Amino acid sequence: MKNGTVYTETVVWSAPERYVADAPYQIAIVDLGERRVTARVLGERVAIGDRVEFVEERDGVAWFRKELAADERG
Amino acid sequence: MRRVAVVGIGKTAFGAFPDRDLRSLAVEAGQKALADAHLRPDQVEAFYLGNFAGPSFVGQNHLAPYVAGAMGITGVPATRFEAACASSGAAFFHAWSAVAAGIYDVVVVAGVEKMTSQSTPRVAEILAGAGDMSGEMRAGATFPALFAMIARRHMYQFGTTREQLAAVAVKNHANGAKNPLAHMKKVITVEQALAGKPVAEPLTVYDCSLVSDGAAAVVICAAERAAEFTGKPVRVLGVSQTSDRVAMDEKGDITTLQAVRSSAEKAYRMAGVSAAEIQFAEVHDCFTIAEILSYEDLGFVKKGEGGPYAQSGATCVHGERPVNASGGLKAKGHPVGATGVGQICDVVLQIRGEAGELQVVRRELGLAQNLGGSGATSVVTVLGAM
Repeated sequence: MKNGTVYTETVVWSAPERYVADAPYQIAIVDLGERRVTARVLGERVAIGDRVEFVEERDGVAWFRKELAADERG
Repeated sequence: MRRVAVVGIGKTAFGAFPDRDLRSLAVEAGQKALADAHLRPDQVEAFYLGNFAGPSFVGQNHLAPYVAGAMGITGVPATRFEAACASSGAAFFHAWSAVAAGIYDVVVVAGVEKMTSQSTPRVAEILAGAGDMSGEMRAGATFPALFAMIARRHMYQFGTTREQLAAVAVKNHANGAKNPLAHMKKVITVEQALAGKPVAEPLTVYDCSLVSDGAAAVVICAAERAAEFTGKPVRVLGVSQTSDRVAMDEKGDITTLQAVRSSAEKAYRMAGVSAAEIQFAEVHDCFTIAEILSYEDLGFVKKGEGGPYAQSGATCVHGERPVNASGGLKAKGHPVGATGVGQICDVVLQIRGEAGELQVVRRELGLAQNLGGSGATSVVTVLGAM
């Protein structure tokens, strides 16, 4: 999966049974250009319009994190 | 197509009723509707039941004959309709279709949900089944989360504020406090709403409708026979059910509920009215943002103007167009399968002039809007005095 832009997001405080232990956690609808995907956000919170990079897929769920600026990359 | 009238209504109180089971609630509402129409069970030609998740909430399937039989209605078609939170709206639409087509003269449409016997995380899990379980819900969304993401986007595109969302909650709580059948009779302030416990940011508990038990029922018939049952029939002037994608990430602009727009346009056309003529409405405020979207997608205001409209006071009981005078799903309660028919009962009550303290002044033309999921089903019904 490629990198994308945050179309919208929320932080979930009241979680469904499966994810109670994870709450609060952020999810986002990420715009990938040709389609959108609902994904989990790793680390720093993101906002609408932020660029995000694909991290990995776990149990069928895509995880993204805020894209680092070029001068922040190690 | 024949004209159709509502000739009987019946509702239970909405609330948390640990001593009541699903069937007893549905039967109570159904019997009240029969009594209101002076109708015997053996005169009922078909029974339509809206229910979202009885099998998950209480472990009971085959619900329509289970309820109808307990009301003394047997020997006729008895079928359950499931369309998420628009389950009984969908049941109503299909019952109307059959009467309008001349298949039956007199039918009962009921809706019921028994939700409060489950824990909050379990309820969230069951309700999540109205979304895409292989996509958005697998990623950890809940229904509050989906509407929170709509709210965020609406705020981003149109400058909608949390105070505008709170205005919806404050109004609906004020109305619910005067509704004897409402789940929550508690007046709140904007400050309280804003300081509520977060559910899915930016929504707090005060932005979310209630998890409730309850049932509602109506008797509808061919309008030409209405006088046999009641002196105060209410006409179904227009009704439409439309659909959209279930998954929110497969929709285009999520700040518009396309199914609400299309079902409203069709219902208005059938009724021969415009949005501007609708005098009052019961809309699907499962979340405060949903009521704001309803103002826009039903055509009461332009897209993006729903927030200021909420704050203007126009939709209060004594405003220019009262919306959710009953308290809405927010305060009246939201037993999901009962909501659609419950809204129709509330509109009929207003048109009859029987809404007591919550009576609206201009009451000849009202609308009920029932939404399923994050907008994959919408049912809009326009009702008027005969």
